[in-house]
Amino acid sequence: MTLPRFLAAGDAALVVEYGEVIDPVLIAAVQRLDRRLAAAHVPGVIETVPSFRSLMVHYDPLATSQAQVIAAIQGLEADDPTAASEPGRAWRLPVCYEAGFAPDLADVAAATGLAPEAVTAAHAGNGFTVAVVGFLPGCPFLAALPDNFNLPRRTAPRTRVPAGSVAVAQKLSVIYPTESPGGWHLIGNCPVPLFDARWDRPALLAPADRIRFQPIDAEEHGRILAAARAGDYDPRRDCVDGAAT
Amino acid sequence: MSHLTVDRPGLSTTVQDLGRRGLQRYGVPVSGALDPLALRLANALVGNPAGTAALEILALGPTLTVEAESVRVALVGSAVGLMIDGHPVPSGQSVTVLRGARISVGGFTDAASAILAIEGGFELASCMGSLSTYGRGGFGGFAGRALKPGDAVALAKAAATTAPERKAEPIDYGSGPIRVVLGPQDDWFEPAAIERFFAEPYIVTAEADRMGMRLEGARLAHARGFNIVSDGIAPGHIQVPGTGQPIVLLADRQTVGGYPKIGAVIGADLPRLGRMRPGDMLRFARIEVAEAEAVRRAQETTFAALVQRIGPVIVVPTTEQLLAVNLIDGVVAA
Repeated sequence: MTLPRFLAAGDAALVVEYGEVIDPVLIAAVQRLDRRLAAAHVPGVIETVPSFRSLMVHYDPLATSQAQVIAAIQGLEADDPTAASEPGRAWRLPVCYEAGFAPDLADVAAATGLAPEAVTAAHAGNGFTVAVVGFLPGCPFLAALPDNFNLPRRTAPRTRVPAGSVAVAQKLSVIYPTESPGGWHLIGNCPVPLFDARWDRPALLAPADRIRFQPIDAEEHGRILAAARAGDYDPRRDCVDGAAT
Repeated sequence: MSHLTVDRPGLSTTVQDLGRRGLQRYGVPVSGALDPLALRLANALVGNPAGTAALEILALGPTLTVEAESVRVALVGSAVGLMIDGHPVPSGQSVTVLRGARISVGGFTDAASAILAIEGGFELASCMGSLSTYGRGGFGGFAGRALKPGDAVALAKAAATTAPERKAEPIDYGSGPIRVVLGPQDDWFEPAAIERFFAEPYIVTAEADRMGMRLEGARLAHARGFNIVSDGIAPGHIQVPGTGQPIVLLADRQTVGGYPKIGAVIGADLPRLGRMRPGDMLRFARIEVAEAEAVRRAQETTFAALVQRIGPVIVVPTTEQLLAVNLIDGVVAA
């Protein structure tokens, strides 16, 4: 692993950049730095935001300085790429891939050269890591699908993507927590609530969590959605390693 | 329960404090007042801790009826001032208003936003550690949205304290170009684009809100395209999409984004930038981080001295006022 670059982001934040591309090796390096920095409790650091290839460190410029934060990061214990390779929680989230929820499945099939069922099977069989939570509160960006899923976004973005939509682009998958505009290819729907301001941690999923999808039929999807809307569905049940709080 | 009833909400009046911290890793924006200096000074005037939630008013203020024994308020950020049952009260000073009186703030053009602070603040449930309203997400503040007619915003105190009214000098927001630290994607632009960015004026367009401000001016040519792999966004970050026209990201900015960011406005200049309105012209100047940090510390020292100089409002009443003192609706001291 090459040493990261320290880049300014104004006078209250700093970027620690490991590269410029989406690469599982870089994502893991960012997440290791995130954990090492959190464990060090550096004075003046307010919060960190891990993303695909860099860690943003937000700090209070009246309590510390960019130079001090950089020195603290450089003074952390040496990175050990073999340490704690699976630090997040493991989840198995239900997804309905049936036609009503997958308006772009045919397009994705054509673009990947796979049969529609093979697209669904590849997605459901893939092990994902949460690389970033952003764009919308609680919205997970999941890495990474095989190379043939390196698809551009739709040329005409939708103005309304339904809540729960499971979409793919750029070898990534995403789940829209709430209805929003969006330009990714929709191939399914996950009825599990992903964001709730009343939860202790408002997002169900956090960077470094591991996700697998469990195909469900429309009937099961409807049952979960109805329970979730009635407040009778505890999404922590989908945490397979029992670590959710 | 004591509250303020909203007769007219104004253009966009929201509850804001100093923002929601620690949750950007979950995609939750910071939000908070566009002009944090105004929030802090207004709170100081009514005797609140600096980060107490207050009403942020954009361009045209609300009309509120006091449904409490009394309430002490102060407006900071615009010179427009308050009207208490039709009687003007200048900006930058506190005033105590009695039950049934109407507090209103008219339209103003000297700033994009102003703050109306209330002694004791609001009796609202904290949402993820903050009372700031994030309208796009529909959470925080009062019902997660701007105020509407008929809303009753609960107050934390049933009556104002008997402390004397206080006033402050205006905030010095600084002047000259808005200072910018380059990065992290300044290397995604042609060197000539960086030069133009610091040489040419920009105009604030009508597409300006709490999330960001689109500017119009010299087009900034990208050297390496305009789609980066998304990374974190800092306060005041200036992203440049394919149009080549910069967008400055403000209080309700998203936490990550995929456009190259040429630089970020320094913390000391963000309140001044946040006050700018469509049509305003600005210029940018380059500054290094260490100097920006020194500027910020100096601003804090100056601001602390301003708060220290807050003093009592000395009213020399006229005979007419003395005779009418119990007749003027609601105004105890102004």
